[in-house]
Amino acid sequence: MSDDPVAEPAIVTARGVEKRFGDLQVLKGIDLTVRKGEVVVIVGASGSGKTTFIRCINHLEKIQKGRIEVNGHLIGYRERNGLLVEDSERNIARQRCEIGMVFQLFNLFPHLTALENIIEAPIHVRKIPREEALRTGRALLARVGLAEKENTYPAQLSGGQQQRVAIARALAMRPALMLFDEPTSALDPEMIGEVLDVMKELAREGMTMIVVSHEMGFAREVANRVIMMHGGQIIEDAPPEQFFTAPAHERTAAFLSRVIGKRD
Amino acid sequence: MNFEWGVFWEYLFWPSSVYLHGLWLTLSISVVAQGFGTVLGLFIALARISKHRLLQVPARIFVWGFRGTPLLVQIVFIYTGLAAANIFRFEDINLGFATLPGNLQAGLLALTLNEAAYMAEIIRAGINSVNLGQTEASKSLGMTYGLYMRRIILPQAARVVVPPLGNEFNSMLKNTTLLSVIGVPELLLATQMVTSVTFRVFELYMVVACYYLTLTTLWGFVQQRLESRFGDPAAAASRKLASKGYRRLFGFGQIGEPR
Repeated sequence: MSDDPVAEPAIVTARGVEKRFGDLQVLKGIDLTVRKGEVVVIVGASGSGKTTFIRCINHLEKIQKGRIEVNGHLIGYRERNGLLVEDSERNIARQRCEIGMVFQLFNLFPHLTALENIIEAPIHVRKIPREEALRTGRALLARVGLAEKENTYPAQLSGGQQQRVAIARALAMRPALMLFDEPTSALDPEMIGEVLDVMKELAREGMTMIVVSHEMGFAREVANRVIMMHGGQIIEDAPPEQFFTAPAHERTAAFLSRVIGKRD
Repeated sequence: MNFEWGVFWEYLFWPSSVYLHGLWLTLSISVVAQGFGTVLGLFIALARISKHRLLQVPARIFVWGFRGTPLLVQIVFIYTGLAAANIFRFEDINLGFATLPGNLQAGLLALTLNEAAYMAEIIRAGINSVNLGQTEASKSLGMTYGLYMRRIILPQAARVVVPPLGNEFNSMLKNTTLLSVIGVPELLLATQMVTSVTFRVFELYMVVACYYLTLTTLWGFVQQRLESRFGDPAAAASRKLASKGYRRLFGFGQIGEPR
């Protein structure tokens, strides 16, 4: 975490992002800038568009309007005669290398061991020599506390362990940005902590992170900014202290009382 | 009953060269047609699930046509029909070390195309059985279509594809008999040729049935090997011993057995 994130360069710049699924407009003009080293937690009720938004950041979803840049590169599209047209698969893939993504349901490759999951993309996408990829892969497994599980298949790991391998797999590509899509929502309560600990460590090391989560404790402790989404728009964007104690929007207050009221 | 055990045993254990040649043809035709049919089926399956209509529609029509008409009709149509209409005549090809007769080429083509239609559906089902999250995870790691299909999706689809693939080859071994109608001297036509000389129809058809049974039985063992090779790696790792071959053969002791 940087003390003065405003001085850092922007990693993500989203401008006027709109997304429709058929007639249903899920994103209604999202503007967001995330600077290097910032941790931004996005909260909101289900259906508010928060998951769709972070899936747009690595172009798992197409957008109909607006633009998203990561590290100065326009994501998913290129400009032709002032219009945005979808970019080639190869270019989109190259952009995605810069963006790590962690999914709610882990999505580990079940036919590969934990270590093989981690080294797959570095070897075949980044073309890193196998020996080096193995070294880095083992170091990453150790970093998420699973050094002894390198030859274990995902089905033999607990949910929390699978999610930690998934984080290591994303980190192996040396991304400039990490996206977390409800990374603890599918976990048993006793496993949430081990995943959050890995994420906190990552935040301390200065990784730029956008996290969609219901973990208010994590948001309060780690986030630089907490964002509230409602109806496909950002309605609140504030440092955690202000977000949790003095939210500007009444919907935020209502949401917080629902979510936190249950817990405290 | 007129059954000469002597003839039966003699042809079973000391088959004539006509028989052995027929056996060799049956085996090689099956392997080649299954191999090409599987590869072609893979591409048809990929076309079928593609988003481009130009690929999707021809693939649909191909599968519809070849699954919807009898294999025997396809064989006769490709060899005799095309020639009779002066569209295409299969000529013998000299490969240097051997000659590939026209009827064998036509037979191989028909079996391959027919098999491709069935394999396309099997492979398509296999690919669809792989969770969409696998594709998304692959893409998010910067993989392109060819790479994630080859390294991530197809290896997982194989688990679903291999058991029916085994059954397909079992059928293929038996479907080669249909090539007898266009004069390919595989095992059945070889038998017919021998019976027309010896008149020992009952004994010799018993022998040929034993041959097919032996082929499909041996294949059953290979199939079991394949299934454990392409099966669930986690389950294979935790399983102490592979289940015995005879169980798969006779179809018991597989389901519901504690691992």
